[in-house]
Amino acid sequence: MSLRVDNLKVYYRTLRGDVKALDGATFTVADGEIMGLAGESGSGKSTLSKSLIRLDTRMRLVEGGVELDGKPLPIGDQDAMNAFRFKEVSLIPQYAMSALNPTRKIGKMISELLGARGVKYSEIKPELERRLDLVGLKREVLNNYPIELSGGMKQRMVLVLSTLLNPSLLIADEVTSALDVSTQRAVAETLVEFRDREFVKSMIVVTHDISLVYQIADTIMVMYAGKLAEKAPADVVVNAPRHPYTQLLISSLPEVGVRYADRKLAGIPGSPPGLLNPPAGCRFRDRCPLAFARCVEEPPFVEVDKNHHVACWKAQ
Amino acid sequence: MRRYFARKVAIYLLTFFVAVTLNWLIPRFMPGDPVLRMLTRTSVSNPDAIAPMREYYNNVFGLDVPLWRQYLNYWAELLQGNMGISVWLFPAPVTEVILDAVPYTLALLIPSILLSWYAGNKVGALAARRKWLDNTVLPLGYALTATPYMWIAIVLAWSLAIIAGVFPVAGGYSFDLQPSWSLVFFNSLIQHWFLPFLSLFLVAFGGWAIGMRNMIIYELEADYANYLEALGAPRRLIRRYAFRNALLPQLTGLALQLGVLVAGALVTEIVFGYPGLGRLILMAIQNQDFFLLQGAFLFIVIGVLIANFVIDIVYVLVDPRTRTGMTGGAA
Repeated sequence: MSLRVDNLKVYYRTLRGDVKALDGATFTVADGEIMGLAGESGSGKSTLSKSLIRLDTRMRLVEGGVELDGKPLPIGDQDAMNAFRFKEVSLIPQYAMSALNPTRKIGKMISELLGARGVKYSEIKPELERRLDLVGLKREVLNNYPIELSGGMKQRMVLVLSTLLNPSLLIADEVTSALDVSTQRAVAETLVEFRDREFVKSMIVVTHDISLVYQIADTIMVMYAGKLAEKAPADVVVNAPRHPYTQLLISSLPEVGVRYADRKLAGIPGSPPGLLNPPAGCRFRDRCPLAFARCVEEPPFVEVDKNHHVACWKAQ
Repeated sequence: MRRYFARKVAIYLLTFFVAVTLNWLIPRFMPGDPVLRMLTRTSVSNPDAIAPMREYYNNVFGLDVPLWRQYLNYWAELLQGNMGISVWLFPAPVTEVILDAVPYTLALLIPSILLSWYAGNKVGALAARRKWLDNTVLPLGYALTATPYMWIAIVLAWSLAIIAGVFPVAGGYSFDLQPSWSLVFFNSLIQHWFLPFLSLFLVAFGGWAIGMRNMIIYELEADYANYLEALGAPRRLIRRYAFRNALLPQLTGLALQLGVLVAGALVTEIVFGYPGLGRLILMAIQNQDFFLLQGAFLFIVIGVLIANFVIDIVYVLVDPRTRTGMTGGAA
């Protein structure tokens, strides 16, 4: 098992109390697995992905633990975590367009960053250049300033830089949301290729675009209101979801060949609960068409089929 | 690159031309007549002597030709380095009067501007990461920038010179000395220099420190800083980047400040009776000394233009984003 997350709870501190953005997540990501992490805004997917690499100052680790390749990951300890960042866990941020220091040449910035992490730039440069070739960037970009690159080029540059030290786990946070559709496809394929060449062992691709993640992910995990709803192989999630939320989510996606002028595209009525004082029991029950008496008890996230986990009483 | 500088130089030359023209116009819009003033000062008793004397002075100052000729003459003489004769210190040439005053002004302004910029940036950057510094330097900085400058100058003169008696109150050097290359004179210079310098330094320092602190906090929140942190870069590296990037707006501020501070030095020099350009300007206005006023203004204009030109070049060196505009971008 590459990544094992056990009952992870990360809350945001606010003046009115803790916002329970990630309230108990237990799952594993296997070696070589690309896991799509889907959910709407506020479902806790960004909180989960951020807490695996760097908690920001408002986040507080409440309980739970993370293990990577059998070693515990000290996610609550900023300094101890530094040894793992970049080398074991790496990140492609949402803001790849502005992720590079605008006043440093890219090559110089990389060499300073590597130097600070105890890696010799001259030793890794041949590999860096090979990977630039692979993503279709000229080697001269190392002598350019970030402003001289287009958005797509910057995205690829960040992709190469983040994976340069062959991390065990790569978190790709909404990497495609700022790109046009054709570039989205290219970036998604590059992610798969990096996994296939074993530049990264496993990957968590955070997205709200299920149709895109379906094409590249081996498994998809769906989150709702700070809790895990369902995790299963990608085609199972899309074709035979068991959690009512996933079912509604999939059915609200447009289908090829259907004219939505004739048939209205279905949405999910209602909105997710506030996470400052979330209701007890299943958090989806107010919007759920299948809700029944037992839903006031919290459903556990259990394996209902091989590699198929669902948190719903109806699915068991 | 060459086109960029050629364009810059052309803009600066045009600015210089306009500034010199305005500079020539402004004293002539002032009410009053410098020659009449000279005549009253010499208190001529014989009324018959007034007309020839007036004619003589008009001729000396070149005021006996039409205005457009005066303007052309002004340019012609200016290009030969001649700025006319002072009315106030008649018959000393303006160039000489100004050259006597310039070293005092420069010795006061350049250290105070540059040192306050340097120290303000350093302290501001430190304050952005140390709570106790933030809680002491910042309120002090706000107080310093908010106080009217002449008030600070007067408080300093009163407390350190009159009450404590540590420094002399006024003058560029002790009144019982003549300028010479002696140690005594030099010592006296430094003592007289310190208070005006301190007042300029203090006022500018607060502003720089506040600006730098805010910029650093902003830069440390920027995307590139977050990304570097996620990749485990040490704080030292991130702060170095943030400091450098935060310095860019401060550089622009420095360029603007260089122009404004010449006016600031005017008040300083008046409060401390310092024999620099600022005091010359005041005396020139009071004595309707067209030529001295023009000369002093010209010096300020040249100073501001040079300062801006230097900052323009420095900016090209430190910020690659200004460079792409010159090459048309590589990507």
